[in-house]
Amino acid sequence: MIVKIGVGSCGLGAGAEQAIKALEKSGAEVKKVGCIGLCYLEPLVEVETSSGPVFYAHVDSKEKAEKIAREIKAGNFKSASMTRKELEQSANWKKQVRRVNGNCGEIDPENIDDYIKAGGYEGLKKALKMAPEKVIAEVDRTGLRGRGGAGFPAAKKWQFCRAAKGETRYNVCNADEGNPGAFMNRMLMEGDPHKVLEGLIISSYAIGASKGYVFVRAEKALAAERMRKAVADSRKKGFLGDNILGSRFGFDVEVVKSAGAYVCGEETALIEAIEGKRGTPRARPPYPAQRGLYDSPTNINNVETLAHVTMILSKGADWFNGVGTQKSKGTKVFCLTGSVERPGAYEVPIGFNLKELVHGIGGLDGKPKLIESGGPAGLCLKENQLDVPLDFETMQDEGTVMGSGGVVVFGEECCPVDVAKHFMRFTRDESCGKCTPCREGTTRLYEMLEDLTSGKGNRETLEKISKLSELIRDTAFCGLGQGATNPLVSAMKNFARDFEAHADGKCPSYVCGMGK
Amino acid sequence: MKKINLTIDGSKISVDEGTAVLEAAKQAKVRIPTLCHYEGLENYGACRLCVVEIEGRRNLPASCVTPVQEGMVVRTNTARLREARKELLKLILASHPADCKTCEKHGRCELQNLSYEFGIRDFGCRMHDKRHFIDETSPSIKRDLDKCILCGRCVRVCRDVQSVSVYDFANRGCASIVTPALCKNMSETNCVACGQCTIVCPTGALSETDSVEEVWALLKSGKRAVVQVAPAIRVSIGELFGCAPGTLVKGKLVTALKRLGFNEVFDTNFGADLTIMEEASELVEAVKEGKTHLASSCCPAWINFVEEFYPDLLPHLSTCKSPHQMVGALVKTYYAEKLGKKREDIAVVSIMPCTAKKYEIKRKELKGDVDAVLTTRELARMIKEVGLELNDLPESEFDAPFGITTGAGAIFGASGGVTEAALRTAAELITGKPHERIEFKEVRGFGNVRETELVIGGKKLKIAVAQTLGGARKLLEEIRSGRKTYNFVEVMACPGGCIGGGGQPIPVRESRQKVIEARAKAIYDLDASLPLRRSIDNPAIKQLYKEFLGKPSSKKSKEILHTSYKARKAYGV
Repeated sequence: MIVKIGVGSCGLGAGAEQAIKALEKSGAEVKKVGCIGLCYLEPLVEVETSSGPVFYAHVDSKEKAEKIAREIKAGNFKSASMTRKELEQSANWKKQVRRVNGNCGEIDPENIDDYIKAGGYEGLKKALKMAPEKVIAEVDRTGLRGRGGAGFPAAKKWQFCRAAKGETRYNVCNADEGNPGAFMNRMLMEGDPHKVLEGLIISSYAIGASKGYVFVRAEKALAAERMRKAVADSRKKGFLGDNILGSRFGFDVEVVKSAGAYVCGEETALIEAIEGKRGTPRARPPYPAQRGLYDSPTNINNVETLAHVTMILSKGADWFNGVGTQKSKGTKVFCLTGSVERPGAYEVPIGFNLKELVHGIGGLDGKPKLIESGGPAGLCLKENQLDVPLDFETMQDEGTVMGSGGVVVFGEECCPVDVAKHFMRFTRDESCGKCTPCREGTTRLYEMLEDLTSGKGNRETLEKISKLSELIRDTAFCGLGQGATNPLVSAMKNFARDFEAHADGKCPSYVCGMGK
Repeated sequence: MKKINLTIDGSKISVDEGTAVLEAAKQAKVRIPTLCHYEGLENYGACRLCVVEIEGRRNLPASCVTPVQEGMVVRTNTARLREARKELLKLILASHPADCKTCEKHGRCELQNLSYEFGIRDFGCRMHDKRHFIDETSPSIKRDLDKCILCGRCVRVCRDVQSVSVYDFANRGCASIVTPALCKNMSETNCVACGQCTIVCPTGALSETDSVEEVWALLKSGKRAVVQVAPAIRVSIGELFGCAPGTLVKGKLVTALKRLGFNEVFDTNFGADLTIMEEASELVEAVKEGKTHLASSCCPAWINFVEEFYPDLLPHLSTCKSPHQMVGALVKTYYAEKLGKKREDIAVVSIMPCTAKKYEIKRKELKGDVDAVLTTRELARMIKEVGLELNDLPESEFDAPFGITTGAGAIFGASGGVTEAALRTAAELITGKPHERIEFKEVRGFGNVRETELVIGGKKLKIAVAQTLGGARKLLEEIRSGRKTYNFVEVMACPGGCIGGGGQPIPVRESRQKVIEARAKAIYDLDASLPLRRSIDNPAIKQLYKEFLGKPSSKKSKEILHTSYKARKAYGV
């Protein structure tokens, strides 16, 4: 009887280690799998019984694990939280279309054979039988857009890189996911690293890159470790190295740990960091596709984008186009956190309704006060703005609602000014310090927000904030700075009354330690 | 090159492909304000003051890092831009000390100038205290981090022009600073003291170590005060008194120094002539013995550079002291004897275009022969302090004996000058009779590495001249690898040689390269106007050898005019 247990850093953090030890001791056949995306149930144990799989949630102690072991021996699964069938019928599961996350929670991420058994490296095999241009054309047919937040069409990026002059081409997987509230990349690398790696190999074949990098945020140590193991195992199987699978295509990958700066997720800062330099953005043009890493043509795709590439090649563009909106096809993983019943990572078709995500999947009772979507460059929305599709086109307050897919829900008790201040502190701390507006401007904005939340602000403060925000957006060097004021500006617009109250020395939510 | 057509503020202009909008605007006679852009350095795009409006773009791109595109329509002076630039300036000013009145860069500070031009009267937000320190550990360069606006010019000039890389950025966000590695003090770094960073720094964050008070104290001390003036000062100091770049103010300068209270005003050009006698003899000797790569030793930053990065090549350096050190050494021996004074009763002050000379005089081997060094900028301040109008002063002559000089000494101030001066004398030393040419224009110019070959007395001499330490590094790599062999190598650490020195007046509005070219022209014009143009013909030099030194490379010369070098250990390693 196979017992699956989630060993993502979420599961491990919640105490899976003790459960594994106890279950292994009891003689159960334990299979370590990735995270299935149901954060609120971790550590989660799945037991394959004769009458179908059942789940045990919150198995965070030796005692709980021993109880499961006893039930396995007895053949009764009385204390199981739910059956697989029940899960699949549940609100937060049945609306998901699990594609890139399909293997997460199912296969052993550290076992390449498990991945191959699940259909892994089929996409690569197919790709290598096609001309590189055909591979690009196949991806182009899906219109696949980057899942990292900017949404640039992947095939176009590849075409630019392929067309650029240069002896060596580099291909980089951007795994520097640094948005607070976003962990879909980490989860995917921990749960199904080969799917990401396969996508990187396929795209490298398409653009003619000979060297690849996976740039993993240093804090995501387990993800980096699993990517490293995946690279080593893949090399042993001949999916990396010279003459991959007998073809004339040679390619290898190095996993690089980022130095841990948010700005290094910005393409050109990321390139500087790989080169061993200080992570600050470069001026564009030249674009990385023209002159990137070591001054050579360089392609950079997000983790999730690459996993989609794997799926497109193995299952075909038509299959991929089966879900999504008229304009954008496929799925997107959203990380839902904050004041919801069921926080987790959920993969839904592009165009999924945000309200449905927060209420239906997240299981939020009542009304949220504020929803921050898209991280430090994202937006602070109010409840009545939720009835929108999550896609690349829908704009709110000059930003896309979707962003990179982090959705943080704040309940009635939150103070929007305080939330905006929190995000501003993040960008202030993470500004690389290169350009004046981002370095000095975010510092001043944070100062003014501190004034507001401590009763030292006034109506003039609000005007100054608006003006300075506009300046930063208009003049900052890179995307980090240009988007730095999005949460603040949208919060000021959507929660104008709260801001005005603070300017008058009151915090209606009683958060900022002032009168109501 | 392909031409790109664009419109800037309504006027159509055609520029080379790849030109930045800022540069194109300059060609269209539009000056866009900037604090991080600097002529000759890679564009950086950090200060954002140079933002422009480009039709079809929503935000305001920085013109220094935006290449021109066909049909681009650029506007540089809209209300939106003025407002944005003003706000950006305020952001910079809000964390900048407001102690302009006591700042070294007062009046020549680019930030202060812009602040004035933009009519900024308040900063719109709370002033922000930085709590950094002032690093005065280097004898040459003072760093005041509070005044740093993170424009990165020093980082780029030190790394890209000088290949020394003392500075880089550290920390993030508003905690960012420019610092040597490991936040070490300047004295512990590999800084060669060239002072180019003090030239490009737009504010008072980097400046020369101030020696003015020290010199006033020397003048008050009752010691015999002797001053000498480097070849490059007379063609540059006028700029600080409203003269056009390249104005020669030699005689007025001598008067000013006398009025400041110096007893003798000597000319470092004399030291240059003497250097030539010694160095040309070394060269003749080296050629005879088949030794290669005799390298000039006049430039102290270059000496530091070799000691730091190429200690294996130290044996190739000429052992000659630099010209002002030769004069200093003679003043405290030969001249002291003549005066009947003890060396400790004489103070020697050198007016130098150079910050590295401040370091040089502290070297133990040089025994304190020179007591203080003032840069061109510092001397100008002293002259102004006592209310002298340089332009209105009568002309005076340098004092004898170290005031009698030749054109060969004069051209030491420009890159290639030492080589040309050496050739003028070496030719005679080799063949026994003067060379038919006085001018060797092939070694003049502004290329970072220039090579030439000359046949003198049937011998082929291979010569290399380098300016900037980046140029020097290129040359030394060739030499070290054995790919190139030279008889004589001249290196000046600063662009254009001493006329572009780290202690020279800082061009604010003008193109620095053009200013340097004007100074060079003035130097060569001066040379051409002099009756004596070869060091070997200098009667005072002849007299000195006859009376005191014997002959070049004599035991006495070696003792007084030559020095030694040793490898440096920066960062304690």
